[in-house]
Amino acid sequence: MSSLFRQIAAVVTMTIGGLPSRFWGSVTTVFSIALVVATLLAFLAMSNGFAKTVAGTGSDDIAMILGTGSEAELNSTMSSEAVRLLEESPGLARDATGRPIASPELYVVVGANRRAGGGEANVSLRGVTARAPELRPGFRLSSGRMFEPGTNEMIVGVGVVRQFNGFDLNTELQLGGSAWKVVGVFEVPGTVFDSELWADLPVVQSLFNRGPSVQALRARLESPASLAKVKAFVESEPRLQVDVKTEKQHFAGEAQSLQYLVYFGWALSITLGFGALAGALNTMYAAVEARSKELATLRAIGFGGFPAFVGAITESLVLALSGGLVGSAAAYLLFNGLTASTLGGGFTQVVFDFNIGPAQVLAGVQLALLLGLVGGIFPALRAARTPLLKLGAD
Amino acid sequence: MSDSDLIVLRNIAKTYRRGEESISIFSDLNLTIPSGDFVAMMGPSGSGKTTLLNLLGGLDRPTSGTILFDGAPIEKLSESQLSAWRAANIGFIFQFYNLMPTMSAARNVELPLLLTSLSPSERKKRVKTALEVVGLDNRAGHKPKELSGGQQQRVAIARAIVADPKLILADEPTGDLDRTTAAEILEMLQLLNRELGKTIVMVTHDPAAAKYARRELHLDKGTFEERLT
Ligand SMILES: Nc1ncnc2c1ncn2[C@@H]1O[C@H](COP(=O)(O)OP(=O)(O)OP(=O)(O)O)[C@@H](O)[C@H]1O
Ligand SMILES: [Mg+2]
Repeated sequence: MSSLFRQIAAVVTMTIGGLPSRFWGSVTTVFSIALVVATLLAFLAMSNGFAKTVAGTGSDDIAMILGTGSEAELNSTMSSEAVRLLEESPGLARDATGRPIASPELYVVVGANRRAGGGEANVSLRGVTARAPELRPGFRLSSGRMFEPGTNEMIVGVGVVRQFNGFDLNTELQLGGSAWKVVGVFEVPGTVFDSELWADLPVVQSLFNRGPSVQALRARLESPASLAKVKAFVESEPRLQVDVKTEKQHFAGEAQSLQYLVYFGWALSITLGFGALAGALNTMYAAVEARSKELATLRAIGFGGFPAFVGAITESLVLALSGGLVGSAAAYLLFNGLTASTLGGGFTQVVFDFNIGPAQVLAGVQLALLLGLVGGIFPALRAARTPLLKLGAD
Repeated sequence: MSDSDLIVLRNIAKTYRRGEESISIFSDLNLTIPSGDFVAMMGPSGSGKTTLLNLLGGLDRPTSGTILFDGAPIEKLSESQLSAWRAANIGFIFQFYNLMPTMSAARNVELPLLLTSLSPSERKKRVKTALEVVGLDNRAGHKPKELSGGQQQRVAIARAIVADPKLILADEPTGDLDRTTAAEILEMLQLLNRELGKTIVMVTHDPAAAKYARRELHLDKGTFEERLT
């Protein structure tokens, strides 16, 4: 047994020592695997960053009430009558005057120009009341002031200022055929609200011809457990055709939609992986062929075939691991922290940061090692069966 | 067969199959090599010298017939038994040295010892001795490409003798060397045979090289013709 280990050690050091002599083949393999890993990580970073933003958005003690059957705010409608009824529900947290801490909201999608690369994208303009900030833990006006109710003033999220032109403080702009003024910049760190515009609800309703209806009612719960009370109230009131969830449940549902992007990312990386695999097989067969005289010589001396197998597999895994690490490093440098915006559920622009963490790197390295294993196993079998007539090769 | 016979070939036939046709190299070859012999094997190209050496070294199997080594048949050994048998009994020397390019001379020489149960310090001692025998103990740390052809072949000889095998098989060991260097190598083989009692079978094209052996065997059309030197 220890003889076997000594044989393996000898073949492995010989193999690794020989890597520089096949420099370009090795480099090509490393880079093709790095490309696959970087591609995968780009998608994983995107979904991870999006998931983090969306997960940060949801709160357990805020009820999110939408018209029946509406997954997203945009295709939900609720009458002002329904809002008035819901405000009577038990289980809602109330202020000193007995009014529920609730925010009826309506948003419309407007176009905006991107800062980077130009082009139009959609931004949500949300009509809210003065209560809206109370339902966003972490809300802060970073500059300027709150809009005056009844005016064409708006406050804008920092994500919007970062991504789009024309939303800086004190700018006047045209949206939906009317003039608006930016009077404040707000942030709700780590949430999707950072990428919204907020204005007075009645003003948005009238300028965008929405009548008195809204899309959603957010209401603070006495406790997460009070959700059941609100649900029971809604069921007992036939005039209310609404669905009740916590805000967290609502956004978790939206994050699901991005899961398809992750599947696409895996599919694309695996497709690229086949290309890299062909390259790796080629390199490995060439490497084994280049060593065939040495391997045959070792066989003649009395070495077994297994050390030759291990040597080739090790070489392949070393190349793959290098590719995995190079790809991860490149992805980290290129994508980590990169700010992007995408269409979230309900066609809204959500601004989020790409995020590469240990789990994403691990997935990338695992894919690389899998490619190394598959790309190495057949060449390694050939190495183990190197014919002794290769002794005379030169 | 006497006790002092190291190798006995009996009725050896060897046929290569190449697709449909089969090529017969030998049909009934008989040969005895006593222990301590030094045989130079000559013959035209394609006459089967390398094939015969491969049979003697357990690198290939006869189509029929028996090869007795120290009285025991080797042709029935399994692949792994044959590997172990080679490691214990045979030292190979090749025309193109067949050293591991990434390993130092000492590490190259150590390779056969990795298959034994010797301790690292014993292995080191043996490697040193073997390199001394071939006069290269001062080159132990050199890689093959830092050595001349003659020096590389001497490293290969050290590797062939380090595990103290009974039989050394050399296929054109001087085929790639100039006349003076070749003479040095041949003197070294002669020394191994005379002083250390190694049995040697050497294939060569060069009649001058063959003179270093105790006898010459000419292989042609599947049979031997012997000449004493
Ligand atoms: N693995 C093989 N498969 C098929 N034919 C082979 C094989 N090895 C050798 N031969 C054939 O067997 C014959 C003898 O080959 P061998 O290598 O033993 O000759 P040789 O006497 O060593 O020649 P040389 O002096 O050129 O080295 C040749 O015709 C060769 O083509
Ligand atoms: Mg030959």
